[in-house]
Amino acid sequence: MSATALIRAGAPQGARPFERFLLSPDAWARLPAALRAEPSLALLALWAEPGLVHAAFLDEAAGGVLLASAPAEGGRYAALSPARPGAIRFERMIRDLWGLTAEGAVDLRPWLDHGRWPVAGPLSGQPAQLTGAEPPQPEFLPVEGEGVHQIPVGPIHAGVIEPGHFRFHIQGEIVVRLEERLGYKHKGTLSLMLGKSPRAAAVFPARLSGDSTVAHAWAFAAAAEAALGVAVPERATALRAVMGELERIHNHLNDWGFVCNDAAFAFPHARCGFLREQVLRACAAAFGHRLMMDCVLPGGVAPDIADGGAAAILAALAAVEAEIPALVKIYESHASLQDRVVGTGFLNPDFARAYAAGGFVGRGSGRRFDARMAPGYAPYDLLAPPVVVEAGGDVDARVRVRIAELRASIAMVRRLLGALPGGETLVALPAHGGEGSALVEGFRGECLAWLRLDDGGLIRGVFLRDPSWLQWPLLEAAIEGNIVADFPLCNKSFNCSYSGVDL
Amino acid sequence: MLWPRLARALIGKPLTDPAPPVPQDTVHALAERLAATARTRLGRSLAIREVDSGSCNGCELEVNALQNVAYDLERFGLRFVASPKHADVLLVTGPACRNMAEAMERALACTPEPRWVVAAGDCAVDGGVFKGSYAVHGGVGAVLPVDLLIPGCPPSPTQLLEGLLALLEAEARPPRKENRAGWIAPAGP
Ligand code: SF4
Repeated sequence: MSATALIRAGAPQGARPFERFLLSPDAWARLPAALRAEPSLALLALWAEPGLVHAAFLDEAAGGVLLASAPAEGGRYAALSPARPGAIRFERMIRDLWGLTAEGAVDLRPWLDHGRWPVAGPLSGQPAQLTGAEPPQPEFLPVEGEGVHQIPVGPIHAGVIEPGHFRFHIQGEIVVRLEERLGYKHKGTLSLMLGKSPRAAAVFPARLSGDSTVAHAWAFAAAAEAALGVAVPERATALRAVMGELERIHNHLNDWGFVCNDAAFAFPHARCGFLREQVLRACAAAFGHRLMMDCVLPGGVAPDIADGGAAAILAALAAVEAEIPALVKIYESHASLQDRVVGTGFLNPDFARAYAAGGFVGRGSGRRFDARMAPGYAPYDLLAPPVVVEAGGDVDARVRVRIAELRASIAMVRRLLGALPGGETLVALPAHGGEGSALVEGFRGECLAWLRLDDGGLIRGVFLRDPSWLQWPLLEAAIEGNIVADFPLCNKSFNCSYSGVDL
Repeated sequence: MLWPRLARALIGKPLTDPAPPVPQDTVHALAERLAATARTRLGRSLAIREVDSGSCNGCELEVNALQNVAYDLERFGLRFVASPKHADVLLVTGPACRNMAEAMERALACTPEPRWVVAAGDCAVDGGVFKGSYAVHGGVGAVLPVDLLIPGCPPSPTQLLEGLLALLEAEARPPRKENRAGWIAPAGP
């Protein structure tokens, strides 16, 4: 039986719009083999509830999402990591948060739990109290060979960036292996959402990863609306897309500038920074917040766009658009810069596919996937943005995807603001049970939100999956064979979120 | 392509905004915290080391934006440095995550005295929305001795700049007796 058929043979649970099928532990145990035989079924996420494990898959051919669950009898379930490498970190996370163990897993070292919390299995339903034992030393994968030495970096880094530990194994100047150790920013976000109404919990997806605040808030809101069967006003849908594209624009400008800066080429960084600042000020003028945090809510959008907001946005975007050609020319015509970005940090397209990496990481390595088009959601069915794909797989390819998307996003914001529907922007939510999920394309890839509400409309189960989950492991592959000095450049071209995966 | 633009920039108007006003109450309160010797040691410039103790990265975006040409930090004598060993200020963002507490303490231990510790953002002030989680101690003050709180989620670059300028002005001025808090609040005793 194919993996898809195996999942569909489970008991449908009434989740919307993507159905979730409950499998028996036996059927789940047959999944790894079935998945190996069906490479087009990509793993999007793996998470849990007390005693129950969930997986989200993307049918790459049809563009649909499929959810599967199984009871974890005796706290154990069959690991998917032998068939899907993207599952490895999820399985480590599930053990740390829910106390469920993946049998046959590729790697079962702790991930988020560094031995510094007062509890073990905080989401397991019966967390064990711990008494301040000395935190264990982390274990890193070994490297053998002549002259190999280690460089430990972080958790605190030299720039203004998020904390995480990088363990480099080096031979001469060449990186033999990079291993990431994250989890330093674990804030217990999911635990804080339980028992709250979707409205009250919306501050957490908005703060899962500040640079993607709109995208995560949108995904969460859409999941809650699906669970409750609520349709949002047309004006809210259009404004969400305006904000989502503005978020893409300001982040892509930021990344483009920073990649150049990490190649010690300051001019584009200065210009991108200035252009981005004008965009952020326009966002503040239009929506009352520079990053548009807490503007997308379950039920719609608040506040409505301010008077003069559209004009401010259009003026800022006109300035960006006018300068892009000159910046591209500078980017392309300086050998010292091109020498750093072309061929650096090559990500093999096979790896991008195996991990189902989204965003500029996947599209920069030839993976044609953009959640705005497939599975797709309003208003992108009308806007039909181009899916920008580059084949190069290097730092340059990831930059070029961003530049092309910048242009497309500017055009879309213009179209949206030119024909904003009238009416309300926010509707009240009923309080009843339901289950929903959503996939929203943020600037760095697709953001997945899933939630289950009890009869009183309060959150009983929730998961927020940042696209970085499937991109971070690929940075380890992309840096291999590069010189240590190119790591900042590679890292910036990936720009994965630490907070987004640390939860 | 680049050279003509650079040449034009030389004779063009600067893109930089004028400096924001600094809340004087905060300046006075901060000045009281500073010994006379420390004042001369710190002088009229500050080297800042940003430490993220577990933010959502929204605060980092604004700390980075503070370094763009519109704010032009260096005109005030403010600059970001790569190591706490070179820093006069630890600018800490995010709640104090338990998994970061040891790294925060080590960063402080590496920062020579006299020094300021600034907690920037609602999370750093008191844990923000993450208050009460098993995974956080609370605000930055739960782990480090904080001198100045800059609220906001995230604080805008202008708010961050106001706070940093208050530190600079405090160094330039002998202390006054009473201690009143402005909206940028010096942290408790
Ligand atoms: S204060 Fe706000 S922006 Fe800053 S880290 Fe906390 S949630 Fe993020």
